[in-house]
Amino acid sequence: MASSPSIERAVVPRPRETTARKISVFLSQHARVRLAFLLSAPLFWLGLVYIVALVSLLITAFWSVDSFTGEVSTQFTLDNVITVVTGSLYQAVTLRTVGVALLVTIVDIVIALPIAFFMAKVAGPRLQRILVIAVLMPLWASYLVKAYAWRSVLSQGGIFEWLVRPFGGESPGYGLPATIITLAYLWLPYVILPIYAGLERVPNSLLEASSDLGAKTGRTLRTIVLPMLWPAIIAGSIFSFSLSLGDYITVNIVGGANQLLGNLVYTNVGAANNLPLAAAIALIPIGIMIVYLTAARRTGALENL
Amino acid sequence: MTTATPAIRLTGLTKTFGAVNAVDHLDLDIAEGEFFSMLGPSGSGKTTVLRLIAGFELPTSGTVELLGQDVTSRAPFDRDVNTVFQDYALFPHMSVLENVAYGLRVRGVPKKERLERATAALESVALGTFGSRKPSQLSGGQRQRVALARATVVQPKVLLLDEPLGALDLKLREQMQVELKELQRSLGITFIFVTHDQEEALTLSDRIAVFNNGRIEQLGTPAEIYEAPTSPFVASFVGTSNLFDETESQQLLGLSGVNSIRPEKITLGVKAAGISLPATITEVIYLGTSTRLLVELAGGKRLTVLEQNVSSRSTDDRRGDAVHASFAKADVVALQPA
Repeated sequence: MASSPSIERAVVPRPRETTARKISVFLSQHARVRLAFLLSAPLFWLGLVYIVALVSLLITAFWSVDSFTGEVSTQFTLDNVITVVTGSLYQAVTLRTVGVALLVTIVDIVIALPIAFFMAKVAGPRLQRILVIAVLMPLWASYLVKAYAWRSVLSQGGIFEWLVRPFGGESPGYGLPATIITLAYLWLPYVILPIYAGLERVPNSLLEASSDLGAKTGRTLRTIVLPMLWPAIIAGSIFSFSLSLGDYITVNIVGGANQLLGNLVYTNVGAANNLPLAAAIALIPIGIMIVYLTAARRTGALENL
Repeated sequence: MTTATPAIRLTGLTKTFGAVNAVDHLDLDIAEGEFFSMLGPSGSGKTTVLRLIAGFELPTSGTVELLGQDVTSRAPFDRDVNTVFQDYALFPHMSVLENVAYGLRVRGVPKKERLERATAALESVALGTFGSRKPSQLSGGQRQRVALARATVVQPKVLLLDEPLGALDLKLREQMQVELKELQRSLGITFIFVTHDQEEALTLSDRIAVFNNGRIEQLGTPAEIYEAPTSPFVASFVGTSNLFDETESQQLLGLSGVNSIRPEKITLGVKAAGISLPATITEVIYLGTSTRLLVELAGGKRLTVLEQNVSSRSTDDRRGDAVHASFAKADVVALQPA
């Protein structure tokens, strides 16, 4: 080999044996200890906030309130649950709430699909970023402000009426349609974002391949985009549906005299001072969500999430 | 239809992205039944040309003719060309058979017939038993074949292939090259093949267009491109070349202009007839079937030399040896300066 001049090597100091280093060495050799350190705090918090709160709600639903003293009796009883399931008021309100939540979800999906498609597949990178911010921006404003803004928009002589009057339309006024409009507005970002993310995961080459094989745009959307987007649509619908199920403020502000399940919970906790009955009512949306998620699972949508 | 009608004719084709001319006034005829390769580094415009032919991009100016018909402004679904994509673009929610049958389904072919034809297409790529699987359950090479079957089952006039072998490992790539060539012969249709791999282009093609900066730098048969490159770019992009600039040509070769010589045309040994330059071997790289040597000429000019390993002598450590690098004047190729 041709002789090369010897390269002077700089001396690299060995790391010192500090305590921190010893701990690092110990942790690097013990994966389970590492995992424990990582997860103990969040698990403690999850356990406290999620499990304890939910379990106590469950338990409270099987207690009762002494009608004379207003004291909560911790004796097990099915009375509240039976009342909630068989009472015609609760049945009517449950149906109304589910109906509102379903309509809100459908409206949101119908609006979100073209917006998300434009964001993911049509807009350039710069416009895409601007649109993501635009979609997120309403979340920076207070829920109450937005709900009252819609109250003003839909009021007599409000912007809505001013807009549709020339075409012979009129404001829906306060009631369930106003509630659906307002809730659909409030939850729209939560539906757009998962669908947008889902569309981002559909490679453009798949759309091109479909077109290349002879499919027109509508066909490509139906047979390629929609099936691949299904999990994302379900994910978005879970947000809008579950958030609508639990809402009681919007319906108070724009819903006129209508009551949803949340209102019943609210009045039973506050005015009626019947926490066990409120807990029993609160079990209804939980039950509905379990049914909804099971149905979503059946479609196979959750497997691809 | 006369045989003189080219399968594809591009006239003054230009595509601009912002201020960049991706394709710059391209004129090109591709004959029917030809295996045509577009070779070039990334960003040279070859893929854009393919996408313009497929209809995924619309040209800024110029026309695309398919078998004599102007299809410039037609949508991809309205053109008798099909594409095999670089990432295969198989539909992940459909089975392999559904993927292959998709083009027939879209054309309204009855279910029974389209499944039969799709099955036959799958069998022709040796995947007859894989129809019920999902694309995610296949290997890269198998996906590649499904993509081929899907694109050819609809009987296109021209098949466009966008670096279809890029993601495969070497052994599989070589095997697929042979299969592609056989497929093209049996279908008898035009294949337009985009690649940055010069060896692949040389192996497969009837003709090659070497792309650089949105223009065709050279157009010819593999032998023409390799043996008689016309520019320094082609000489160094296709294979390896020893380039001599004008002064080096004058001093070392006694020739004017820019010249090049392929490494395998140079022999190392005692002084010989023709051009024979004293040199020192500086590096010996053993490549199995051949050995690549770097030699330094007296003036400091370095040459790459390729020797076939015909005897076990080739493994000798010859660094530092004084030799003569000899080659025939006829093997020196004159290039047009860039």
